[in-house]
Amino acid sequence: MINKQCPSVAEAVADIPDGATVMVGGFGASGSPVELLHALIDHGARDLTVINNNTGNGEVGLAALIGNGQVRKMICSFPRSSQSKVFPELYRAGRIELEVVPQGTLAERIRAAGAGIPAFYTPTAVGTVLAEGKESREFDGREYLMERWLKADFALIKCETADPLGNLTFNKTGRNFSPLMCMAATTTIVQATHLVARGNINPEHIVTPGIFVDRVVEVPDPVHEDILIAEGRRYA
Amino acid sequence: MSHGWTREQMAARAAHDIPDGAYVNLGIGIPELVTQFVPEGREFIYHTENGMLGMGPPPTEDERDLDLMNAGKKYVTELPGAVYFHHADSFSMIRGGHIDVCVLGTMQVAENGDIANWSTGAPDAIPAVGGAMDLVQGVEKIYVITQHTTKTGEPKLVGRCSYPLTGAGVVSRIFTDLAVVDVTPDGFQVVELAPGVDFDEVQQKTGAPIRPPA
Repeated sequence: MINKQCPSVAEAVADIPDGATVMVGGFGASGSPVELLHALIDHGARDLTVINNNTGNGEVGLAALIGNGQVRKMICSFPRSSQSKVFPELYRAGRIELEVVPQGTLAERIRAAGAGIPAFYTPTAVGTVLAEGKESREFDGREYLMERWLKADFALIKCETADPLGNLTFNKTGRNFSPLMCMAATTTIVQATHLVARGNINPEHIVTPGIFVDRVVEVPDPVHEDILIAEGRRYA
Repeated sequence: MSHGWTREQMAARAAHDIPDGAYVNLGIGIPELVTQFVPEGREFIYHTENGMLGMGPPPTEDERDLDLMNAGKKYVTELPGAVYFHHADSFSMIRGGHIDVCVLGTMQVAENGDIANWSTGAPDAIPAVGGAMDLVQGVEKIYVITQHTTKTGEPKLVGRCSYPLTGAGVVSRIFTDLAVVDVTPDGFQVVELAPGVDFDEVQQKTGAPIRPPA
């Protein structure tokens, strides 16, 4: 019987090596896999390239991973946050690299990687500084930029409900990039707020099929970045 | 006597130009006020880039779900008929031309429809584009709500944008505190003047030639 369940967040992230490319689900604090991120801080892998829409909040979760000096490069659409100074300070000090990608292009690059499509054309960013150095081509009289797929070695994902096969459902806008990242990473690691027995999720309601998921670890009552920040907490 | 439109009146004027049944994406700032001024008898369905159609107003403390946010990372609610989806579907709605109207704030708009609203290009600025470049390319009608000038009196409607572009030739209509202005193949065209505003003032505060209302 296939069982992708992993006993702890520590074991789930234990084989992430230095230099890995890691996708992190979440949009701001919504859907952020905080427990997996904290386990990655404890694990200590360094020189990481991290893909997320943002750069974390406060000094917890992704911001804490960055603040701990484990991230060499961020690939994101919106690296500013009203709630975090961690990334801006490192960036201005020249201690972290940044690749800014328009949000839809970021999503589509990840989706393309999961779908086995090495490149695609989009009008997004035509005529802007983000088009510099990119191949362009005209289709039906309009200019488009070629964008490459974006793959990762690992994805860290938070979901609402999972079964041992890795079938997943999400909670509201906590879904965001996560289903795409599950498809695009070689190894997808999921923290589930609820882990239920096989057959206990209606097949019509499953958002991410388990074929895209490698490890599931149950994290009941997960912490939320906004609550941690309101309590003045930091993770280090 | 009143002179010009307030932020709320600018939002109401923009709402007036959005048709019943439109799928609408609102930027941060004054555009968010559009939800308060939906004309009687019309329904707009609000899209947020982070994966939702049918977004409702901010929650009470009891209603709040920590995962339910809008693209500005503010807590929101779901209206009956709301739906959630992942980011690739969300941006397929944008890039595939399915969102009818997008209302954005801006730093500058040029007479050729170029818009600059994501970066000042300053050397120490941290570039942060979000979904702005996708929205301006993918949504058919790009409306802009903005003060006519900056706080220091510089025109925001200009001949050519000096800030880095978000998109080239994409803006349809501009709602300012002084006027409603269309971007036409021949440049800026005043559609309507705000109460107490005369055309000479609009012309003087615009950084490019502008034509009076027909």
